[in-house]
Amino acid sequence: MNRFLWPLIIVAGLIVFLVMGLRHGDPRALPSPFIGKAAPEFELPTLKNPEVRIGKQNLLGQYSIVNVWATWCVMCRAEHGFLMDLAASRTIPIYGINWRDSRPDAIRWLDELGDPYIASAFDADGRVGIDWGVYGAPETFLVDPGGTVIYKHLGPLDADIWQREFVARMNSRGAGT
Amino acid sequence: MRRYIAVMLLALAASAAFAIDEEKRFDDPAMQARYEKLIAEVRCLQCQNQSIKDSNVTLAADLRREIARMIDEGQTDEEIAEFLVTRYGEFALYRPRTTGKTLVLWLAPFLLVLFGGLALVRIVRHRMSLPIDDEPAEEA
Repeated sequence: MNRFLWPLIIVAGLIVFLVMGLRHGDPRALPSPFIGKAAPEFELPTLKNPEVRIGKQNLLGQYSIVNVWATWCVMCRAEHGFLMDLAASRTIPIYGINWRDSRPDAIRWLDELGDPYIASAFDADGRVGIDWGVYGAPETFLVDPGGTVIYKHLGPLDADIWQREFVARMNSRGAGT
Repeated sequence: MRRYIAVMLLALAASAAFAIDEEKRFDDPAMQARYEKLIAEVRCLQCQNQSIKDSNVTLAADLRREIARMIDEGQTDEEIAEFLVTRYGEFALYRPRTTGKTLVLWLAPFLLVLFGGLALVRIVRHRMSLPIDDEPAEEA
């Protein structure tokens, strides 16, 4: 019996690891190296008014979210309704990064679907997207009042994910700080 | 059916026209070689089983452009790798750097061969110490 013990333990161990791998969720979602680190510096013109510039300093002083979107991004359309609800609830300021998009298309999108953003930064060549480590819109970053990224969500947001991943994180660190 | 085949052939012919990465060339062949080597070793994050050299998605094109720019600015390969890792994590590099975090990746194959070898030696030694007996035990 003893000679089967070690192989059994090894196979059981492998099964545990494989099951953990399967239960990991979206295999394409990578851990963001920014979590717990300062949000990257950026300065861009806003989408609606190229004269006005927006940057990291706009995010400071309260919790805020930075949502990376584009009109070519199908899932961005899927989450747009939720972003409108969130904006209407006035829980948190929502900033956008309009990533590799065309200005007229993006403005038309906001006119048609509503504009949940305080402002959207217009990142035409994707340079700021790279600095934020964006690889697939929509992506949503949660930034704390001190400018530290505390969470990043890949894929469309909904009320469930918002409560579970965003609100829970803000509450656990003390709301309103 | 014939029309269908013609359309497929046309589509195939058209796909050949999308030659990837024709946009940036260095005059200096050494820099061009560095560029080609670097982009072959960076994972395309949007299409995760391709390098950015093989991929035509926008992010891959953007990253090629950034890497070309950094080579132009005289940055070293390490600096370029650092640029990618701070933004996308170690996963972006097909050839992970030897750091504390990735050490286990580099050492694991050697350790596994070592353990396997030791186990093999033990088993062989043990069997060699058994009395030689050509007759199957059951029939004795």
